[in-house]
Amino acid sequence: MSLEPGKYEMDELRLVVGAMVILSLATALLVVVPYLLLKDLPPSPGLKPYTELQLQGRQSYIANGCVYCHSQQPRDIAQAPDALRGWGRASVAADYAYDTPHLLGTMRTGPDLLNIGARQPSRDWHLGHLYAPRAYTPGSIMPGYPYLFEVRQGPVRPGDVVVSLPPAFAKPGQVVVAMPEALALVDYLLSLDRTSPALKPLPAAKAAP
Amino acid sequence: MDLTVSVLLATFVLSVLALFVFIASMAKGLFGSGGAAALQIFDADEVGTVEDPAATQAQRGNLQQAMDPGHARHERNAQEVATRLKVDQSSSLVVGVCLSLSVVWLVLASLAGLVASLKLHLPDWWIGQAWITFGRIRPIHLNLVAYGWCSMAGIGVALWLIPRLLKTELVGAKYALLGGALWTAGVAAGTVAIALGHSDGLEWLEYPWKIDMLLVIGGALVGFPMWLTLLRRKVAHLYVSVWYIAAGLLWFPVLFLVGNWPGLHFGVQQASMNWWFGHNVLGLWFTPLGLAAAYYFIPKVIGKPIHSYNLSLLGFWSLAFFYSQVGGHHLIGGPVPSWLITISIVQSVMMVVPVVAVAINQHLTMVGNFRAVLYSPTLRFIVLGAMLYTAASVQGSLQALRSVNTVTHFTHYTVAHAHLGLYGFYSMVMFGAIYFIMPRVMKWEWPYPWMISAHFWLVVGGFAVYFIGLSWGGWFQGLAMLDKDVPFMETVRMTIPYLQARSVGGSLMALGHLIFALHFFMMGWKFGPRRLGAALLAAPGRPSAVRPALGKTSGSAA
Repeated sequence: MSLEPGKYEMDELRLVVGAMVILSLATALLVVVPYLLLKDLPPSPGLKPYTELQLQGRQSYIANGCVYCHSQQPRDIAQAPDALRGWGRASVAADYAYDTPHLLGTMRTGPDLLNIGARQPSRDWHLGHLYAPRAYTPGSIMPGYPYLFEVRQGPVRPGDVVVSLPPAFAKPGQVVVAMPEALALVDYLLSLDRTSPALKPLPAAKAAP
Repeated sequence: MDLTVSVLLATFVLSVLALFVFIASMAKGLFGSGGAAALQIFDADEVGTVEDPAATQAQRGNLQQAMDPGHARHERNAQEVATRLKVDQSSSLVVGVCLSLSVVWLVLASLAGLVASLKLHLPDWWIGQAWITFGRIRPIHLNLVAYGWCSMAGIGVALWLIPRLLKTELVGAKYALLGGALWTAGVAAGTVAIALGHSDGLEWLEYPWKIDMLLVIGGALVGFPMWLTLLRRKVAHLYVSVWYIAAGLLWFPVLFLVGNWPGLHFGVQQASMNWWFGHNVLGLWFTPLGLAAAYYFIPKVIGKPIHSYNLSLLGFWSLAFFYSQVGGHHLIGGPVPSWLITISIVQSVMMVVPVVAVAINQHLTMVGNFRAVLYSPTLRFIVLGAMLYTAASVQGSLQALRSVNTVTHFTHYTVAHAHLGLYGFYSMVMFGAIYFIMPRVMKWEWPYPWMISAHFWLVVGGFAVYFIGLSWGGWFQGLAMLDKDVPFMETVRMTIPYLQARSVGGSLMALGHLIFALHFFMMGWKFGPRRLGAALLAAPGRPSAVRPALGKTSGSAA
């Protein structure tokens, strides 16, 4: 390589060094600093870890891509009327202490769900809504999830959780039974409740041992 | 919090410094004429000679007439012609394979996207099976587009550009071929994983980490040959496109490894990482590959060097610096530290600097030469792509402003914007690049030029319907969501006509892709009239003729 780069010209060394320094800076800002700031953050008061069943339901929420239409991050009343829609106070980092992977979401094709458990605490409603969304919310564009349910002609067996559909949507002689995945998913949805007052992050919090 | 404050301060100071450097260099007239590096893409006496292997004889004649009618016919240096043929030959197999795979992914991705789009206004359609539910087919679409179509096409184009720009045969082409195969296996496995419900749950990072490893190894096997070729280069100057490709090849592995590292990220920190990745995969992977192609093909087709070498230098470094920090604007109003959001908004606005640099450079190269797009199929796609790059970037900067973002966040407006970048800009540029490259790879012309036109007008028309409809609908959706007196269901109902428009536009785009794919594989099987000559180095206006075998090409093209 008999090369004579000009004063302002690019060569391999400048390229590698420049490119990596710049990426490191961005990574420090958006990945490392948040890591250092948040890794010892205590959970919001009253927030409990998910149970085994709730975690299974959360996995189902991920597998079925609920996050592509539902956010889990109400905004402050000063920015948007999220609280007035019943979605709850603006969330803070401590509300997500047990949320890995995060499910903050980027779309509101459907409503925010961070406090759906507080807003709609009925298991029957959720099961029916997952099976036939438009039976409960006319005009909804949420797909039904019939594959989480079993439709049977026969009698109800012990242990079956039967979905109680509105009369217009129930077929005579048929029972719709929730499969375990649907029950877990609803258990997770019911656990979504971040209505306890948020602690403002105090500067003093860092000083605590 | 001292750490936070000092980081914030450092960013601010660096940004302001960068701006001053920009202004100072403007004042010193650094951004003047091209210089030797800008001429790197031409052989001796080649400036003024148009080149578009996708053009017909008649188009090529018209193109030359429009660009440089009095162009003297030089005897091309036989040595240089032979070198270019040898260099093209060194990459042709792996480039052909990568581009073919990318076209297959494009078709599958389009179908997945169309199904997802239809499902949003036909919610009771095809709900019986889990794998096709909206929440799975949508991420399947995104990942097929990102890692299937866009990455494979970008890798194929880069593998072809690197040897050409360095006048050096590709080192380790067979490793690159293996890399492309592993990458493809990764995309296929990742698609199946999402369909079966094994998603990692993060947008842009859905593939499980075990499958990600296929992409990491495959990417390394593709990247190392390009860097090794770079280190053996036989040219004095590195052309702009080389910087973008070489840097993208360094950036992407870091992003992908950090983003997918299992067990490292948590809660809100993971959300911040998610958008550091999500935006950087656009800014530091797709954008560099797209700009590299645009920086090569625009001047090459019209036979004139880019406007300013130094301006492209500024564009490159400011893109790297500002683009890499904009990710936080995806979390405006979210539970993340406010300094992080503020930095991202500031840098999003600063993105105007590289965008203007690229825009001046690419558009000033084209000014006065716009007739060329009439005759060059390659240029038609790439110039439109370059214009939409400017549009997407300016829109992105505006959209990051808190006031605008408050409306557009969580709406279909954002989806339309994402498509303006990755489709309007990136995919258009890749289409143009593939039209240019494939005749060189296959040594066969595109059999049916009308299919290129049909592809162009279908995707342009379809995308216009898609983008305008969805942006309009998304904006009103956002305004309605901010109005506390509008019930939420009303914000859903009002979007439906726009979602239907998206399906119409998307169908046209998908149809265009099917025609493109059909044409691509017809060429692969050497359909159509036998017009071998022009695909090599025939002169404009000269009737094409069957040429002797490659190695013996005399370079008599005048």
